[in-house]
Amino acid sequence: MNAAGFPLLSLLTWLPLVGGLVILCVRGDEATVASNARWTALWTSLIVLALSLILWFRFDTSDAGFQFVESAPWLPQWGITYKLGVDGISVLFVLLSTVLTPICILASWEAITVRVREYMLAFLVLETMMVGMFCALDFVVFYVFFEGVLIPMYLIIGVWGGPRRVYAAIKFFLYTLTGSVLMLLALLAMWYQAGSTDIPTLLHTQFPPATQTWLFLAFLASFAVKVPMWPVHTWLPDAHVEAPTAGSVILAGVLLKMGGYGFLRFSVPMLPVASAHFAPLMYALSIVAVVYTSLVALAQADMKKLIAYSSVAHMGVVTIGIFTFNIQGVSGAMFQMLSHGIVASALFLCVGVVYDRIHSREIARYGGLAERMPAYAFVFMLFTFASMGLPGTSGFIGEFLVLLGAFKVSFWLALLGSLGMILGAVYMLYLYRRIIFGRLTREDLRTILDLTPREIAVFAPLVILTLWMGVHPSSFSGFWNAAVGAMVEHHQAALATTIQLAGVLH
Amino acid sequence: MNWTIAVPELVLSLAGMAILLFGVLQKRDTFQICSMLTVGALLLAAVLVISGRSGPGYNGEFITDSFSSFIKLLVLIAAALGVIVSLDYNEHENLRRFEFPVLMLFATVGMMVMASASNLMTLYMGLEMQSLAVYVLAAFARDDLRSSEAGLKYFVLGALASGLLLYGISLVYGFTGTMAFDRLAEVLADPARVSAGLVVGVVFLVAGLAFKVSAVPFHMWTPDVYEGAPTPVTAFMGTAPKVAAMALLVRAMASPFGHLLGQWQQLIVLISVASMLLGSLAAIGQHNIKRLMAYSSIGHVGYMLIGLAAGNAVGIRGVLIYLVTYVFMNAGTFACIIAMRRRGRMLEQISDLSGLARTDPGLALWFAIFMFSMAGIPPFSGFWGKYFIFTAAVQTGLWALAVIGVLTSVVGAFYYIRIVKVMYFDSPEEAFDPRPASLSFVAVGSGLFTALFFLFPAPIVGAAEAAAKVLFG
Repeated sequence: MNAAGFPLLSLLTWLPLVGGLVILCVRGDEATVASNARWTALWTSLIVLALSLILWFRFDTSDAGFQFVESAPWLPQWGITYKLGVDGISVLFVLLSTVLTPICILASWEAITVRVREYMLAFLVLETMMVGMFCALDFVVFYVFFEGVLIPMYLIIGVWGGPRRVYAAIKFFLYTLTGSVLMLLALLAMWYQAGSTDIPTLLHTQFPPATQTWLFLAFLASFAVKVPMWPVHTWLPDAHVEAPTAGSVILAGVLLKMGGYGFLRFSVPMLPVASAHFAPLMYALSIVAVVYTSLVALAQADMKKLIAYSSVAHMGVVTIGIFTFNIQGVSGAMFQMLSHGIVASALFLCVGVVYDRIHSREIARYGGLAERMPAYAFVFMLFTFASMGLPGTSGFIGEFLVLLGAFKVSFWLALLGSLGMILGAVYMLYLYRRIIFGRLTREDLRTILDLTPREIAVFAPLVILTLWMGVHPSSFSGFWNAAVGAMVEHHQAALATTIQLAGVLH
Repeated sequence: MNWTIAVPELVLSLAGMAILLFGVLQKRDTFQICSMLTVGALLLAAVLVISGRSGPGYNGEFITDSFSSFIKLLVLIAAALGVIVSLDYNEHENLRRFEFPVLMLFATVGMMVMASASNLMTLYMGLEMQSLAVYVLAAFARDDLRSSEAGLKYFVLGALASGLLLYGISLVYGFTGTMAFDRLAEVLADPARVSAGLVVGVVFLVAGLAFKVSAVPFHMWTPDVYEGAPTPVTAFMGTAPKVAAMALLVRAMASPFGHLLGQWQQLIVLISVASMLLGSLAAIGQHNIKRLMAYSSIGHVGYMLIGLAAGNAVGIRGVLIYLVTYVFMNAGTFACIIAMRRRGRMLEQISDLSGLARTDPGLALWFAIFMFSMAGIPPFSGFWGKYFIFTAAVQTGLWALAVIGVLTSVVGAFYYIRIVKVMYFDSPEEAFDPRPASLSFVAVGSGLFTALFFLFPAPIVGAAEAAAKVLFG
């Protein structure tokens, strides 16, 4: 059946939901329910994490195709199957989701005090949706999970968020939905042309160039909102600022990657001609995102907003990388996505640490924390450097590879893209200086406590991953080398055929 | 003479008369018993529909095929749900009268006749039988000014629509010389026989039927009647008669006037776009949840009409699947609305729901599922309805309709998720009164169907496909 000998991916996908059902059944007074819900959620997500490690060890990195494939009939007469599988591109995203979920649950251990049961339930449902989406090998299955993410995330922002949570939640929901429904039409059009929604089949279907243009635009509407690309990024700062810490972590860590993953899974390999055609547009939007949002980040007075804007800039680097269509660029984009998934999550957790203590995210409210919180200052520093792309941290490898890939396309693209690294250093160091250095002037900051053991447990895996990715990148990039290589080759072959065809016709 | 094909209708009518007699002759309060008997009769009819024979009968005026069986089953289930949600409401609101379920039963007989109509006359008879019963139901709370107003308004406008329909029928008859569907199809196969007068007749027909499904621009009555009628009647009107009228519209357009696709397609496209736009935009400003549901139903009709506009079996399949998902979502939503009662008083404002997730998490969860489903968010059933509708639009190349459809569904999503917002994000108010078992049954049953539809879509999609193919022989 597959390399694991049992339906591993289905188990990974649906186990969190089972945990959620268990939580639903808990009875008792509020404190008991809360505590039971926390522990059930944590254990469920840890079991899922342990199971997902099978993917890490048993995944055959030399195989560019899909592995651990499982399928069951769903709507067989209409070309829709329940089909799951992972390849080099998706496998690490599955792991990213399963790693971040227990971290989020642990990070919300004390921060969330009201309606804990519903909160944990929402997170487990979210995990099901995320894992299912990255594993889906059928477009309809993908779409169901892709949009299903909206429901738990909407509730997480809206119920446990900050003062403007309602506005942020509805904005998040409507922005994302608008993009997705256009993708639904593209999905239907593809199904009509290919007669199947099976992703491996679609990957080998050649769509006529005129159709590709429209399909690409529909996909763009969906994935650009998710990434998010300028100018449809405005939902992100609102959602990040209002969401509870763990919500921001998942949003930055996994949900933004759904856009990049969508480009890599659908737009580039299925629509090579349109992708090549629209690449300049994508470069332009990405460059604007990198430069403009970096400058905007510099002017922020709210920590979370600053990191949110930096996310947009970092994801701009990802989209540049994807649309270079060469191995370095795409590998860099993959690396940058994973690295950003870890680093941005960690930065939001860093904000969460001081927010839990002081209940303010205003940068001016802090200063001189190094005196009272040395461990925190160290962790924050590490992730600040990683976010800037300092060599030895994960951030460096991704940006470097993307710039390398961009250089192959155009000198100016690489130059403008590298502006993001410089500006990134400016706003991150500026943020760090204002929060950690300086004098402790505020009364309540004099008694602030350093990281608790629970918080250390939250940060430890992220620190290890950041350094590991920075020092030994090939243990990660090895996963996707074959798949990315095959994808780039396929892309160039498809372009060559089209050019040949065009030559014959003229 | 193949009279056995109408056995379900005959049995149901006889049962209705028997229940009526029983109610009249009993001196004590028989509302609950009659309701139970009605539900029993509806289920019996459903069994008869499943096991019944198919074919034409009554000189070609009546036909039973898989399309009509599909619709009849759906109508019977919807009517049974309607009777069940009325049980508790009528007790509380002093509408404990045995005529109530009986009227619903006779309306259902009318709808079954509509589903089986294969002649313009049968079509009209079924429609009127259904409408008359529903007019009375809308005004059933006779001491309530709003209910009487709703009944009167519905009656006057309904009579106007019936007039339009009859006028259309007479024009069609005048220009073709027949009212039987199969004869009409034969006659109209010859383009030379299609005259301007006939097309005018068809337009009148569509207008009359569009009134019954409350499509724009014949929707004016919907918000007022939905708001004024007793809530279980609104629940009933929103489901079963919609299904029957939509089935009628589909059958009339597909089989006798199938050759006139070019003529009526533009009309349906126009009505569909207008319904989707109005349904999604006008609902935003509503504070009363029954009015909101009225606009939402207008929007849903707009989506269903996309399937009809496609004018092929795929489109009709989409309409049928949409109808199935819509019936359960709607019945469940109204069960939740009827459960909105505080200290014995019915509540209808959206703001009354605030903080429901704290005071009654179960009800809030089901309500939220229905709202997400209506907004078309997967994996709930509402998404699958839209999926199969848009499949048809894309396949037929109705791109404009598809794009307008998905975009208005986003606008619609705004007001659906606003209800979720009120329930989950706002601070709680006093709890609702305890929910009776009958409402929980409908809410949970429909909720499970809505939430778990994605696990077993194949049988329903298959049945809808078989039903749709019948119309296109």
